[in-house]
Amino acid sequence: MWRKIVLALIILILGSGIALFVFKSEPRLNKDFATTYSFLKNHPFRLGLDLSGGSHLIYKAYVSAVPASQVDDSMNALRDVIERRVNLFGVSEPVVQVQHGGFVSGTAGEQLIVDLPGVTDVKQAIEMIGQTPLLEFKTEALVGTPQNAIVDKDGKVTLDINSQFVSTELTGRYLQKATLEFDTNTREPKVSLQFNDVGTKLFAEITKNNIGKMVAIYLDGSPISTPVVREEIPNGQAVISGSFTPTEAKLLVGRLNSGALPVPISLLSTQTIGAILGESAVNAGVKAAIMGFLLVALFLILLYRLPGLIATVSLCIFISIILALFKLMPVTLTAAGIAGFIISMGIAVDANVLIFERMKEELRSGRSIAEAISVGFSRAWFSIRDSNISNFITAVILFWFGTSLIKGFALTLGMGVIVSMLSAITITRIFLRAFNFIGEGEIARFLFNAPDRALDSR
Amino acid sequence: MFIIKYKKIFIGISIILVAFSLLSLFFFGFNIGIDFKGGALTEVVYKTLRPTQDDLEKSLLALNFGSILLQPTGDLGYIIKTRDLNDSEHTLFLKTLSQDNKDTLIEMSFSSVGPTVGQELTRKAILAIILISLAIICFIAFAFRKVSKPVSSWKYGFIAIISLLHDVLIPVGLFVMLSHYYGAELDTLFVVAILTILGLSVSDTIVIFDRIRENLRNQNTIGKINFGEIVGKSLEQSFVRSICTSLTVILVLLALFFFGPVSTKYFALMLTAGMFFGTYSSIFLASPLLVLVEEWQKNK
Repeated sequence: MWRKIVLALIILILGSGIALFVFKSEPRLNKDFATTYSFLKNHPFRLGLDLSGGSHLIYKAYVSAVPASQVDDSMNALRDVIERRVNLFGVSEPVVQVQHGGFVSGTAGEQLIVDLPGVTDVKQAIEMIGQTPLLEFKTEALVGTPQNAIVDKDGKVTLDINSQFVSTELTGRYLQKATLEFDTNTREPKVSLQFNDVGTKLFAEITKNNIGKMVAIYLDGSPISTPVVREEIPNGQAVISGSFTPTEAKLLVGRLNSGALPVPISLLSTQTIGAILGESAVNAGVKAAIMGFLLVALFLILLYRLPGLIATVSLCIFISIILALFKLMPVTLTAAGIAGFIISMGIAVDANVLIFERMKEELRSGRSIAEAISVGFSRAWFSIRDSNISNFITAVILFWFGTSLIKGFALTLGMGVIVSMLSAITITRIFLRAFNFIGEGEIARFLFNAPDRALDSR
Repeated sequence: MFIIKYKKIFIGISIILVAFSLLSLFFFGFNIGIDFKGGALTEVVYKTLRPTQDDLEKSLLALNFGSILLQPTGDLGYIIKTRDLNDSEHTLFLKTLSQDNKDTLIEMSFSSVGPTVGQELTRKAILAIILISLAIICFIAFAFRKVSKPVSSWKYGFIAIISLLHDVLIPVGLFVMLSHYYGAELDTLFVVAILTILGLSVSDTIVIFDRIRENLRNQNTIGKINFGEIVGKSLEQSFVRSICTSLTVILVLLALFFFGPVSTKYFALMLTAGMFFGTYSSIFLASPLLVLVEEWQKNK
């Protein structure tokens, strides 16, 4: 008897603790946020771009020149370079993801997805990323390779230089560092490149196989230097001596040192959400969640009285646990994600409604309150399980297939379904059992909305 | 139970609603959004004064961006739909919108979706719909795996799928009407709403069918009793519960519709309709159909 009450109190205190964590770790709610513990400071809600404002860019990566076995490596190198690039500009919490092509992801070709919270000027964002240089080394095409001819305005025919060269594996991803140097004789600025170990080997191989031929150094898709190889270069050093001005050369060195693209990319789609729109969406989401909670609480208490009140307390604990999980995992919240959370509140009390309706039925058939509680829980279990399975199936498949928008919804809904099984069944049962002491009297029967005994005996 | 007694009327109502949805789908068609079609959507709000629609249309036409759709929003804003815009086009576009910086404006949101991304998303959406439908059918098959008399278990499953189609088609019809009259667009959230309805409404039907089979089992040991009566009794026992569980979800969905973010308004409305008709179909369509099927069987 006392043990049940103590257990219920412990759950209540734990729930309040979680709620306190959610509350105190939110800058908007905690007045002393600036001076609070760093653990709390590190766990605000993570808002998606549609709520915080920012830019969402999708790039296509051209990997056709890369051998299939190295596509993953190249894409990861690409992600690292862009991430470094974006970080350099002081964007807080950028998310750079690789989306691999294939049947399962539904994506045709390799893509790079860049999320920049707080950057609401797309132009600035695109420029930021566009400045990342693309460095490639190409060798002469075999004699007999068909070449594209270009006819210019005056009718002069020239060979397209791009068809004279073929790509090699050596790209900017193997670059260790670039330095600015001046030619000792001509005083012309030049850019000296140092490759890393893999790059050094590749470069040695390329130079060895192409003695007497040209090796073209491509920057951002066009050849800037086409030196003729005189001998094998085993030390991994190359020099670009275009006709640079000192400023140009210095800029290029800076760009190369912050990372060079391993494969060419092009922008497929962009999305920007202004900060004002994001903030109003957050406010509306919070308001909808509070109203939804109040409506459900009112419904439960009016219809089921004491059990309804207990279910409302369980719902509060459910909300605290879910919100704490959002913070700790962390889950990036979007408008759709908030919708998923709000719907999961409705689903969470579904289980309680099933149990309470069963309890009512048992009470009507003349059982005592204690009996009705235990029978209600055990008989309603199968219905609860079945209705949650179908929701869970939907959430999992949506998560598997979704874009970031759908994923947000699927994740919050799926988490809600799982946690609600715990809160609506276990926690509600512990609380209900703790109320054992009220017995089977008139007041108790009123609180459980049980039919009058007089009616039973009829 | 009156529902079983007047079953043909209730089944008729459902048939009429579905027919209406299919007709509106046929006549109005989908208004496909940029998520799937590709294109650009820009929302701007002017600081003090909004240029007239005619003026803006004229100057935008000069840009040669193809067909441009201008839609006023709020007191000072516009939503503009164009083909997908690249960076420099976007800059030019904003400059034109501000009438060469004469009318200062804030760009609330801008999204430009290239055609390849749109195609990809369409493929993904179709794949997700197929997979979820298959998974739900498997789940129904699993839930009704034990054969029961007098109606065999695959018929329960078949009727569950029919009522599921009903639950999805009516909100789709509603959405098509909304998109025709209020310009709602078929976007990713629409697909998510449809798939969520599948998950939410199937459980309701299964709960009631489970009750019917439980009562059938108990009845069989005592003696032969009219199938319609048992279904009626099961409905009587479970319809309050069925309505209450749906009501809690509908309550939160209504909160989401009335108070929630603009971006999820149609989503909430679709789900509300799905929940409502899901509950309606499990009580007024699926169970009457079950009795009807049993009667046909007997007459054969």
